[in-house]
Amino acid sequence: MTADTELLERQIAEWRSFVGSGKAIADSDVEELEGHLRDQIEALTAAGLAADEAFLIAVKRIGSLNALSREFAREHSDRLWRQLVLGSGGSGEKPLRKEPIVVVALAVAAAAAIKIPELFGIRFAGDAQDFYARNLGFFVLPFLTAYLAWKRDLGAAGFVRLLIPFAAAAAVVNLYPFRPQGHTFVLAAIHLPIALWLVVGLAYVVFRWRDSDERMNFVRFSGELFIYYVLIALGGGVLSLFTMAMFEAIGLRAETFITQWLLSCGAMGAVIVGSWLVEAKQGVIENMAPVLTRLFTPLFTLVLVVFLATMIWTSRGIDVQREVLIGFDLLLAVVLGLLLYAVSARDPLSPPGAFDFLHLILVVSALVVDVVALAAIAARISDFGFTPNRTAALGENLILLVNLSWSAWLYARFVRGRAPFSALERWQTSYLPVYSLWAAIVVVVFPLIFSFA
Amino acid sequence: MDINKDLVAASATPLVLAILAGRDSYGYAILKRVSELSGGRLEWSDGMLYPVLHRLERLGYIAGKWQKSESGRKRKYYRITPRGKVQLAAERGQWQAVDAALRNVWLLLAVRAAPDPSLQGR
Repeated sequence: MTADTELLERQIAEWRSFVGSGKAIADSDVEELEGHLRDQIEALTAAGLAADEAFLIAVKRIGSLNALSREFAREHSDRLWRQLVLGSGGSGEKPLRKEPIVVVALAVAAAAAIKIPELFGIRFAGDAQDFYARNLGFFVLPFLTAYLAWKRDLGAAGFVRLLIPFAAAAAVVNLYPFRPQGHTFVLAAIHLPIALWLVVGLAYVVFRWRDSDERMNFVRFSGELFIYYVLIALGGGVLSLFTMAMFEAIGLRAETFITQWLLSCGAMGAVIVGSWLVEAKQGVIENMAPVLTRLFTPLFTLVLVVFLATMIWTSRGIDVQREVLIGFDLLLAVVLGLLLYAVSARDPLSPPGAFDFLHLILVVSALVVDVVALAAIAARISDFGFTPNRTAALGENLILLVNLSWSAWLYARFVRGRAPFSALERWQTSYLPVYSLWAAIVVVVFPLIFSFA
Repeated sequence: MDINKDLVAASATPLVLAILAGRDSYGYAILKRVSELSGGRLEWSDGMLYPVLHRLERLGYIAGKWQKSESGRKRKYYRITPRGKVQLAAERGQWQAVDAALRNVWLLLAVRAAPDPSLQGR
């Protein structure tokens, strides 16, 4: 090796590690760029330039690292997710110092909001349970929306636009003459947050709701918020236990404080703080979430397959009790969430692997379980007629059926190399509003149809 | 000549797809081909090509594969997929429509530049 090429190799190695340090550019990308650099240097030296001159020109032509990272990050927004190449010095990012103040203020506001009704004598523990059940979403989701609107520079007008659906929903659930603890009331209380989550999503994607990538980012956000929320809740539980034990030791009972203040206020504030953590500490959860999906995908697949096998073996049908049906719906929703999250965490470019087969099995077995549950509900309805609960279960199972069958089809095509993974991604993201719209129908239309039963 | 960035970005997809429809290729060769085809007027910053390639790959229009080149180095070769051909046809139709509209506009401008007696009286 001559001194010239040795120097060149060293320069290329340096360049390589420099480019590789930008987190938006993955190793295989660096390799591709390096190949390009070498081609360029070869062409330039062939044209008569010295090696070091050729190197300088080739590097300059590839472009500045900042611009390069930005372009790569824009294309691979899933990688951008774990870092802040765009953030530092980029446009549209808030100064970080102000953010914790805004977050704390909004968290405190959400925590205070849930205590305000008590000033008017609506006590959490008393007979006002219905009031809290139907209004739970309104104590925290507007604050979460406000945080996202602030973070994304939506401005006052944008925020007010987002408040309109909240106000409309609040009017509906509070003015409808529900029977206390009636079926339609319980259904509305359960479905309302799902419908309102769409509004949060609108704030998150800055009204660009047609953009499939943005929707996928919102799915990631939702999944990661859930994980953070569970972690914060666990920590809060430990804190409560210690608080109680310590005050017990000096002869004071802290239970009232904990159940009436720490629990309710903490549950509200944690949503805001959790969202901030998702936005600010993406790297932490980024490493954990795919691991969790990888851990639980096989387990859920196993449960579903064993369940189906047992059902066939013992030729038992599903017992159509209300609790059983709700359990099934929850299981299918969890499976779908798992699938959605797995889809969002997957690198769309990597070829089909063993895990994709596993996912296919998961989807297909969930599909079969869904069909079985659907048959049971249909039989129940034809025997005993429509009730709010059965109709809601029917609708939800149909929605899942459509999603799961098309997902299975797309997944099968992908595994056989007939379609890109992005087809499945797009299908899942374009299906998202269906859930919220159905939830909105259950909240708004069901009580009218079933005369507030 | 400086060509507007948006224009460069918009024309990248049909250019890359069309070049790959001719034959499989890799980044550096694609870039040289673009330069040749445009007579050197369309200059892409080299690094910008790769995000474009990755986007097209993600959308399933092209497929990439690492291979050893004649010189013994590993290179990522891209080929167009059936989906990519469909997309290329669609892009072609769109660009032809834009091109036709622009041509007519240039023609109109040329006519206006020469005084038109029929327009004088209005």
